[in-house]
Amino acid sequence: MTNKLSLRVEGERHVIVTRYFRAPPEAVFRAHTDPALVQQWMLGPEGWTMPVCICEARPGGKIRYEWSNGKGGGFHLTGEFVDLVAPSKIVHVERMHLPEPTPDNHIETRFERDGAGTLMTMRMTLPDAETRKRMLATGMEHGMEASYVRLDRLAVPGTARR
Amino acid sequence: MFSTQTANLAFSALADPTRRAILHRLARGEATVLELAKPFRMSQPAISQHLKVLERAGLITRRVDGARRPCRLAPAGIDSVDRWLRVLRRALSRNYERLDELLAKTAAIRNQEES
Repeated sequence: MTNKLSLRVEGERHVIVTRYFRAPPEAVFRAHTDPALVQQWMLGPEGWTMPVCICEARPGGKIRYEWSNGKGGGFHLTGEFVDLVAPSKIVHVERMHLPEPTPDNHIETRFERDGAGTLMTMRMTLPDAETRKRMLATGMEHGMEASYVRLDRLAVPGTARR
Repeated sequence: MFSTQTANLAFSALADPTRRAILHRLARGEATVLELAKPFRMSQPAISQHLKVLERAGLITRRVDGARRPCRLAPAGIDSVDRWLRVLRRALSRNYERLDELLAKTAAIRNQEES
């Protein structure tokens, strides 16, 4: 089993991500729900850090991730947990603030035991076909560097600096 | 450069599994409607309809060759559609490589504690 990432669109409203990890579901689940661990890996490109990581892993619990490039650039994501079944399932809703909030992305993440490892399947659902199209189209217009790489430019004073 | 409208057309075109399969087939080389219709077990008019959508979205081009009108992938269209997924893939890949390292580290600590 390779650990290569697979990412594809499905139907009108979905984006599906799958990835294999050489660790049991318990460990992978924990890495997604323990803020001290999330903060160490969910960082995007090199040079970015996550100074604020709120991750209340219970139904209704808050999510808030703030990223910084250390040069005054940054953006944040907010969300809520809907359902958690350790170590096999996380359901949550999230939106990016760029600084306008993007439409809610509803994400179901499953962790399945696969030999000594875990197969993760993340299924993103956008509110409708139009929203996904807009999300993808906007991303492409900005070279999609939009959300990760060119955030310096997008980061509007006032949201980035706090 | 690539407009929002083109992107919308392209993603609508790609939302259909038959059209994705047609693109997959065209990735191996040029083909005519007749050649495309055969493996998909669809009528020629149905395939022609899909090809029209793909052509309008800028994902394929057709040329005239006597009575034949073979289709081929339009590299620019495919490339721009793929760009978003590629950048997202790159960012996620980097995250998950980091997670791999973290998982390996925590496993090593756990083993140490157990022994």
